[in-house]
Parts: sequence; structure tokens; C-alpha cells
Amino acid sequence: MSRRLWKFNGGIHPPQYKTESTGHPIRQADIPARLILPLHQHIGEPAEPLVQAGDSVLKGQLIARANGYVSAAVHAPTSGTIAAIGQYPIPHPSGLSADCIIIDSDGEDRWGERLAIADFQDLSPSALRNLIREAGIVGLGGAGFPSYIKLNPGHDKVIKTLILNGVECEPYITCDDMLMRERAEQIIGGLLIARHALQAKECLIAIEDNKPEALAAVTLAAKEYSFIDVVAVPTLYPQGSEKQLIKVLTGKEVPSNGLSLQIGVVSLNVGTSAAIYKAIHFGEPLTSRIVTIAGNGVSNPRNLEALLGTPMADLIRQCNGQPEQLGRLIMGGPMMGFALHSTDLPIIKTTNCVLTYHREQLPVEKPALPCIRCGACMDACPVNLLPQQLYWFTRSDELDKAQDHDLFDCIECGCCSYVCPSNIPLVQYYRYAKGEIWIREREREKSEQARKRFEFRLERIDRRKSEHGARRKEKQAVTKNRDDKQAEIQAAMERAKQRRDEAVKNATQWQTDETTNKNGKSSPE
Amino acid sequence: MELQTTTSPHNNGPSSVSSVMLWVVMALIPGSAAYVWFFGWSLLVNICIAITIGLITEALILLWRRRPVKPFLSDGSAIVTALLLAMTIPPLAPWWITVIGIFFAIAVAKHLYGGIGYNPFNPAMIGYVMLLISFPREMTSWSGLLTLSDVSLNFKDSLIFIFTQQLPTDVTYDALTEATPLDTMKTHLGMGNTITEIRAQLGLDEETSQLLSVTPIFGAIGGKGWEWINGAFLFGGLILIYKKIISWHTPVAILLALGTISGMFYLFDAEHNASPLFHLFSGATFLGAFFIATDPVTAAATPRGRIVFGIGIGVLIYIIRTWGGYPDSVAFAVLIMNMVVPVIDHYFKPRVFGHRN
Repeated sequence: MSRRLWKFNGGIHPPQYKTESTGHPIRQADIPARLILPLHQHIGEPAEPLVQAGDSVLKGQLIARANGYVSAAVHAPTSGTIAAIGQYPIPHPSGLSADCIIIDSDGEDRWGERLAIADFQDLSPSALRNLIREAGIVGLGGAGFPSYIKLNPGHDKVIKTLILNGVECEPYITCDDMLMRERAEQIIGGLLIARHALQAKECLIAIEDNKPEALAAVTLAAKEYSFIDVVAVPTLYPQGSEKQLIKVLTGKEVPSNGLSLQIGVVSLNVGTSAAIYKAIHFGEPLTSRIVTIAGNGVSNPRNLEALLGTPMADLIRQCNGQPEQLGRLIMGGPMMGFALHSTDLPIIKTTNCVLTYHREQLPVEKPALPCIRCGACMDACPVNLLPQQLYWFTRSDELDKAQDHDLFDCIECGCCSYVCPSNIPLVQYYRYAKGEIWIREREREKSEQARKRFEFRLERIDRRKSEHGARRKEKQAVTKNRDDKQAEIQAAMERAKQRRDEAVKNATQWQTDETTNKNGKSSPE
Repeated sequence: MELQTTTSPHNNGPSSVSSVMLWVVMALIPGSAAYVWFFGWSLLVNICIAITIGLITEALILLWRRRPVKPFLSDGSAIVTALLLAMTIPPLAPWWITVIGIFFAIAVAKHLYGGIGYNPFNPAMIGYVMLLISFPREMTSWSGLLTLSDVSLNFKDSLIFIFTQQLPTDVTYDALTEATPLDTMKTHLGMGNTITEIRAQLGLDEETSQLLSVTPIFGAIGGKGWEWINGAFLFGGLILIYKKIISWHTPVAILLALGTISGMFYLFDAEHNASPLFHLFSGATFLGAFFIATDPVTAAATPRGRIVFGIGIGVLIYIIRTWGGYPDSVAFAVLIMNMVVPVIDHYFKPRVFGHRN
């Protein structure tokens, strides 16, 4: 425990609101009548459906396969019938629809075939990765990056440190906390598998010191493994962010735009680790997850283990909330979560929290005042950016300068907005600037392409012109020759004519002479 | 009801501009109290004039600029400007000095540049420098220390004097005013007297070769009274740092720079250069370091930039006090460094996470 810890710049201590939902153990949520399973619940390509409407499926059955390297499979969370495949609203800030598989559950929750591995040590890292890939496991901390890719560092990379992230620094969210308290042995089991797949030397489990019960449970479960170090890290938001946590634990910084693999570190969320354990030991693919239902929109906030695809409204009701009374619904925490458009949206693999606000108890929006350049945002920025400069640049539309000031290193953690005494929605400005830069870049590319095309066209016209000219010259040259010939012919003809005329003249002369000589011969023809 | 679709973060911290300004006002209380103790009630009169005229000016200009009056008037920034300006004006200056100063600070130095957040120069210091240049006589006659003086004005007399320039019959203006320790030190060092002579209240006028008597205005380390006032401002400043209203960088850099440079000269020749402690505990050093140079709007914004900004101020304070035309120089030093802030911020950016230096 006396491990040396490092620090990153800034960070904040927002009110926690965690004890509200840690009072009850995790409960299995009811099986909903209808499940909505988006094909895109992860980072990468959407999965490719393998079933058709009308098919009956068993729990754990593969219903959509990973499409390409960066993608993840989707499995039936319960037994039932495929009701439809089509466009339905998905939990996304845009509020748009995307391809989903709809399952009407039969309520029996019958498992399909499960392939349990007795001893994962018998399998090669690559075989383990394949099993994890087939189980559709993605990062459950909120990012949703396919886990098997993280476990595949490549031949030349040595992974020194494997980190399990049990920091859970966002207010309200307690799903990892409860998982660690209740199922620490699953987390350790998953860690052993991941360690085997990575051939990692040391394993760290980081837990913030505001979760003493989780710390105790995980420490106990990890006791027999000398290579596992359970580290209590001081509570500080946004320590759960991968790069910040790696800095705290190892002192190393993941290069900007780079991956933690580059510095020999891989990190997984504790929930992901437990999912890996279940996938290997029981052959159970990822079909459910623990979700914190919190906020003042429910009177009984708690953690539910819900089937993927369960509508949020169902879970809100199970926590004594009235979905129709909500004024704001957030997926994720208050710092980085995004507001949803409807309570009928489903739980997906990345839904760690459903944060509800009753419509009469909405957070007060304070009006934004001018920036007083106090620098509180800079002191709070965990990436060491100059948030106020970025803000000024964005406001004055000097987006290239914002980019020079490393706008794209911003992790949108919200610390700057949180501490701003003028209540300026700074993160909104950065999102706008990023989006605008992307759009302009695309437009620039487009106009660049158009310019190239135009130049090519000019060149082609030019070339054609010059070719044309050359040909005309040639032709002209030919024409000139022809004229010469004609002149020659003319001359020849003239000469001939002249000769004939002469002959005629002579003949006439002769005839005349003949006539003159009377009885003359006709002129020779 | 439609669900609100605001973007993250969905919660705000407790900090607000008015709470920042309120803390600054509270931290100014110890210094102001010491000030009143040593120089009398007139500071309070000046503060009242400055705040009243400051708020009126702010409100009128906001109306004229068609800006919402209430949020900006209640942010407290005009009050802080008024307080800082009032503390730099000699206690017995006539009322119109304060009125002109605060009007100029708010109307010209603040609002002509776009209001709070947009002004490149510290408004209170612009107001002070404008007064100093325009009304040098009024702005350089400081009242004497009450503790050294036989005469003093009570609150009512101060009020009457500030508004009518009428003194009670038994008091003369000369009896009330006195050169400040910084001024005395500068004048006498300029005349070639040594520190020992000056501190022993004996000075030799080189031209007339006459011994001059100097009033006992020097305290243990700085000017009498002034050292306590500076100490009280230091206390208030430490509260601001503790409450994270200001960062330590600027004040520490100012004090270290001023201490170091005056210390070097002092070590070189202790008889002709005032000691570092005298520089630190005289004049407006601590007021400047903790309350004026830390004005967020006009100061450098990056941590390393704040240190450079502070060093610049500390060095300039020494240079102007020693070789410049004015006895104190905090205002000039701050304003000169305000000009350099954009350059400092450009060259002293922090290293971004995951980037090489």
C-alpha cells in the first residue's frame, strides 16, 4: 500500500452523492417484455445481424456478429422471438435512430449452449482473445472500446503493467463500487485471464479512497496473488480517466494522440474484468450489466443488474421513479454524461448510470457572465490546457489558434466549466470548436480536391489546345505543300498550254501558209 | 414534459464572481483597519465616496451600453476597484480627487475597453496614476501618523475637511501632513546621507551643510505604522491564498524579486541602500503584491507566467523607487507589467499532458 503515487494537474472535488445508491445490494432487474438492442453499442463498426424477424432465440445466442477488427458482437440477453430489425431511437446525444434488433422475451430466460473453460491457462493468449471477442465484451466504464483489442498488444510490445480501473470518480455512479464489494472474486478472476492474455508483469487495481468497503473486499480477494497490488488513490475527479490514472499510478504520460500500449500499460475497467471472467469460466457472453439508477427522479436509487436492451423507463419504475415526471435524463454521470431525449431508450453496454432529474428539481442554470481571466479553469484542467485561451479563441473564431493550443487534447471532463466563477459553459465551446474544425477540414479537403480537379482540367484543356495547335500546324504545313503542288501543276499546265498554243499558232501559221499556199494539209493534232 | 437536452457538465461548482470579489473585500479589512488606526477616519470617508461614485458610474455606463445592470453591478468588481483606489489616495485629499479618480477608473480604464474581463490595465491603478500626474500636490501630501502627531481629526472633522477643506481652528494643515518614510528615505539618500544618519533622524543637507532634523517616522523594519499596515495586508493576502481566491505565484514572485534585488544592493553598500525589509514593509508593497497585481483580469494567467509577471513587478518597484521620480512605484510597476501580459502568457504556456516540452 505504500506505493508511490504521482499527480496530474488540477482536478476537482464535486459533491459525491454516492451513498444514496450504495444502501442496497445489487438486484436483478426484471426481464422486460421487449428488448431493444442497438447494433452499435461500442466504438467501431456496427455489428452485422445474423437473425431475421420471427426467429426464436435463446439467451446468450449470437444475434449479430462483429463486423471487422474494431467491432463487437451482440447476443440475445434473454430467450424469446425476434420481433423486428430496423431503425429505432438509440441512446445517443443526437437523439437519432440506428439499426436495432427488437426481441420479445418469452419470460423463460432459457440459456443456449455455453462453452465453459475449466482452466484458462490451457489456452493460448490468442485463443483467449478470440473467446473474449466472441463474447462481445467492450469497455464497460463508458468508452465501449472492444476489449480483445486492448488485450492484443502485438508481438513486439511488452506489457509491464496491467491496471484495473475501479476509480469511479464521477458523482452518483456506484455500479463499480457495488460490483467490487459483492463480486471481488470475479474481478480478480478476470484480471488473471487478462494478465495471461497480455503476459503482463505486474497488476494494479486502483480504487479511490472514498470506497473503503470495495477496497477491503478487493484486497481480500487479491490476497493470495503476490503480483496484484490493490492501490488506494486519493479521491479526485477525473482520476478515472485512463490517461490520468496511468499517470497517478506509474508517473508516465500516455503521449498525446497515442495509446497506453506505447508505454507498456493496459487498463481495463473492473466491470470489464468481471465480464471477461464470466465469459471464460461460464461461457456467458455479455448480455447484462450493472447500472446505477440515481438522481432525484427516483425515490429509491440503487444498482440494478439489467439485461442489455431493457428500456430505461422500466428500471426507473423499479427504483420508484415515474419516467413521465422527469425533466432531464442523463446517461452517465453529471460531469460527462449526455442528456437523452426519451425514457424509452434501452440500456446498452456502456450505460453505467441512468441519472434522473425530477422536473421540479432540475439543477439551476446560472447565467454566464464575462470571463474575468481568473485562471481557475487552468488550475483545474487535468490535461494542463489553457481553457480560457481556448475559450477566447473559439469565441473570436480563431480556431487554428485553438488547435495550436492543443484543443484536441481536451478530454471534455468538465472541470473547467465546473469551477468557472462566471458560469461559462466552456466545454460547449470546445465541442463546438472541435466540430467546426472537423467540418472545415472536410470542406478544405473537398475544395482541395475540387482545386486539383480544376487544375487537372485546365491542364487537360491546355494539353488539348497545344496538341490541337501542333496538328493544325502540321496540317497547315501539308496544305502549304499542296498549294505548291497545285502551283507546279498550274505551271506545268501553263507550260503545256503555252506549248500547245505555240503549236496551234505554228499550225495556224502553217495552215495559213497552206491556205496561203492554197491546197495546204490540215494542221497536225 | 420534454426532457431537457443540455450538454455536460450538468452541475456547476459553488464559485461565482461575486463570491470571489466578496472574499477580496473581506481580506482587505485587516489592512484597512490598520490604516484607519494609524491615519485616521478619513480613509473610511474616501472609501464611502469611492464606492458610491464607483457604483453610480458603473450603473450609468451599463445603462448607456445597454447591458444588464443588476448582474454586473452585483458582481462586486466595482466595489473592489473603489476600495483599492481609496487606499492609494492620501487620507486628507479633497473629495473631488476621489470622485475624479474612481470615475476615470470605472468609465475609462474599465468600460471603454469593454467592461469587466476586457480591460488590459488595472482600473484602480489607472485611476491612481491619472490622479498622481494630474494633481501631484494633492496626491503627495500624506497625513502624518496619528501616533506621532499631537493633532488628529475625528470622524466629523475629517468629513468636513475632505468636503470643504476647512480645518478646526487649532489645527494647521502642515501639522497634519508629513512626508512618507519612502519619500524621506529617497530624498535623504538622494542628498547623500547614510542610512544610519537618516534612521538617527539626522540628515546633512549637502548644499547648506546644515543638520536637518527628521521626524521619527521609521519603525523597526519599515516605516512606522506602514509596517503594521503592510503586515495586515499580508495577513489578508494569506487568507486569499488559503481560500484559493488568488494563486501564490504572483505575490511570492513580487516579494522575492523585490527582496532579492534590494538585498543585493543592501549587501553591496548597507549605508546607501535601504534594507530589503524596509522595501517590503513600506509603501504599498503588500497591498500591491496580494491585491493589485493579482487582479485576474489584468495579470498573467499561466503559473510560470504569473511568476515572470511577479518578478517583473518586484524588480520595477525597486528600480522606480530607487532611481525613478516617485517615492512609491507599485502602480507604475503593475501597469508596465500589464502591458507585457499577452507576451508573457504566450511564451510561458504550461506543458500539455502527454506532450514533450
